[in-house]
Amino acid sequence: MSITKIFVSGDAAARGVGADETAAAIMALAETRGIGIQLVRNGSRGMLWLEPLIEVETAMGRVAYGPVASGEVASLFESGFITGGAHRLAHGLTAEIPFLKNQERLTFARVGLTDPQSLQDYLQHGGNRGLAAALKMQPADIIKCVTDSGLRGRGGAAFPAGIKWKTVLGASGAQKYIVCNADEGDSGTFSDRMLMEGDPFVLIEGMTIAGLATGATRGYIYLRCEYPDAHRALNAAIATAYSNHYLGADIQGSGRQFELEVRLGAGAYICGEETSLLESLEGKRGEIRFKPPLPAIEGLFGMPTVINNVITLASVPIILDRGAEFYRTFGMGRSRGTLPLQLAGNIKYGGLIEKAFGLTLRQVLYDFGGGALSGRPIRAVQVGGPLGAYMPESQFDTPLDYETFAALKAMLGHGGMVVFDDSVDMAAQARYAMEFCTIESCGKCTPCRIGSVRGVEVIDRLCAGESPAKQEVLLRDLCETMIHGSLCAMGGLTPYPVISALNHFPEDFTA
Amino acid sequence: MSNQSPKRIIPIKLERKTSLSADDQKAVHDSCARLKALPGALLPILHDVQSALGFVPKDAVVIIAHELNLSRAEIHGVISFYHYFRTEKPGRHVVQLCRAEACQSVGAVALEAYAKRTLGIDFHGTTADGAVTLEAVYCLGNCALGPSAMVDGRLQGRVSPERFDALIAAARQPS
Ligand SMILES: Cc1cc2nc3c(=O)[nH]c(=O)nc-3n(C[C@H](O)[C@H](O)[C@H](O)COP(=O)(O)O)c2cc1C
Ligand code: SF4
Ligand code: FES
Repeated sequence: MSITKIFVSGDAAARGVGADETAAAIMALAETRGIGIQLVRNGSRGMLWLEPLIEVETAMGRVAYGPVASGEVASLFESGFITGGAHRLAHGLTAEIPFLKNQERLTFARVGLTDPQSLQDYLQHGGNRGLAAALKMQPADIIKCVTDSGLRGRGGAAFPAGIKWKTVLGASGAQKYIVCNADEGDSGTFSDRMLMEGDPFVLIEGMTIAGLATGATRGYIYLRCEYPDAHRALNAAIATAYSNHYLGADIQGSGRQFELEVRLGAGAYICGEETSLLESLEGKRGEIRFKPPLPAIEGLFGMPTVINNVITLASVPIILDRGAEFYRTFGMGRSRGTLPLQLAGNIKYGGLIEKAFGLTLRQVLYDFGGGALSGRPIRAVQVGGPLGAYMPESQFDTPLDYETFAALKAMLGHGGMVVFDDSVDMAAQARYAMEFCTIESCGKCTPCRIGSVRGVEVIDRLCAGESPAKQEVLLRDLCETMIHGSLCAMGGLTPYPVISALNHFPEDFTA
Repeated sequence: MSNQSPKRIIPIKLERKTSLSADDQKAVHDSCARLKALPGALLPILHDVQSALGFVPKDAVVIIAHELNLSRAEIHGVISFYHYFRTEKPGRHVVQLCRAEACQSVGAVALEAYAKRTLGIDFHGTTADGAVTLEAVYCLGNCALGPSAMVDGRLQGRVSPERFDALIAAARQPS
């Protein structure tokens, strides 16, 4: 009897809309019908509106059905989905679905394709080739490759990764560290989560390469505690990597060492900021540190430390494998390579889109996203998380590029895009931005701690129509003070969503 | 100096009165014993205690302080900094609702109001029957399938009021 391979995503987002129940129904019905199947819980393909997505391996390729609630599984069997049969929920070959076909997947090349916990799958799909290359190179050459690729930090600040690594290589310390920032606190973002659940080995590989490049023998993944599925996935993959000598005292017989451990955050947004994160890793309150010293010189436990985002580190293996030139060819301007975008909120086809920099917001929202989920016009998009600007329709032709966004007083950040239709109240969104800052401020400096509380009050008075002209002046003043007087970007960027909402949607700020 | 001091010596009581059961005390001691050698051990220990007991009782803080050679004030400072740690016993089920922007764009504000009204509690509150504690959370990484919630550590997407009711009913089922 032939065995058919069936894929049902084990990603948390898929499970959140019933993927476990769907998977169980498939197993049960296959058994009663005496059909031999092998069920793989893959990562998500990133077409989240199709979850739970079922894929069946056929001679032509993988055929997609979705969204399949458990109650629909029986009808799929009736339609002969085991051989790719036609069905109301069929979408043909997965790879041909335009949302997926039109992407350029480098960092996410394997996510959704493989069994995330299978090291063998990982190796068969190009895994650990970057590490193999790095093991034959001098540290400075690894760093040169990363620098030449143009890779910039994907966590928000877009700092060139190679330069940071070079500083750590040149710094001296009894112990150096690689810290992966997996706090992913920005609302509207989930690429870190999808990658850690869907291809954890690539993060391990990227961190190991960072260790080889800088002389760091110890790594920590600082993971937000809101991600229990990613926690399990990482711990399991790390255990596998240890037992197969991809981690530990002697990596693949090279004599080189790298130890890796996951640490959990505890629900503080500010701990995504790198110095706050280091405090937290040291077991303290996550208060921001003054810079300098840079973490690259005096970081974790006072030692030289590389701290990079999940996507930054997970992009390193393909750069080492395919070369700096290959990666550089993607992108525009000084934004090289690809950005895994996360299209979220009120959007018809939401999910993960990895694409070279340079496509426009409009292409993302309409060509990929299909417009608002509600069917109403899109009125505003918040790009780059809770500290990112709200962008109106008139800015939808902006290409995704760090510098172009900065020129508009907007930011790409971690690549999250949150869509709002025309029912949104932009004054309420501005107020929320200030409120969020009151909740998440670490409290170290006044413009942020007190300014955000005042901000909420002023917006309330403005919208209540209490001498609005005066309140608006006050609000703008306050925002200036926060921008220039805050110690870190929490207080320094909170004004961006506020001011952009006020500038582009003044009609919402009236009584 | 005379050794016949008139001062009365007050013996230091080493055994503190604790509200913890013997099992809970053991759990806290076990967490400390297992984790205290880690660099930056406090957060791992707090996580471990909260996952064993559901919260970090103030009498657990006494033990942790002793084990890590920190002051109780330092540990309180850390606990109070992080939204996730709680010092009160939660209900049998913890429901976290996402309040962040992507979920707002698809009805999270209305869902929050609905949840508070039907449960009769605010955030951080526990229902009168002790079944459900409601918490706020700022993004669960499920922003394309909101409104999102997490029920006892399990992510839930597209949470309409009807689905919310179903989740609560399921949680309340005696297991
Ligand atoms: C308030 C605040 C929150 C942040 N949150 C995150 C986060 O959740 N994840 C992240 O990777 N970077 C976050 N950052 C950026 C980090 O400080 C830092 O720039 C990043 O970890 C560096 O890694 P990269 O160069 O690979 O991007 C945050 C910054 C600020 C100011
Ligand atoms: S700006 Fe806010 S979060 Fe940043 S250091 Fe100041 S108080 Fe802390
Ligand atoms: S904003 Fe609610 S899950 Fe991200």
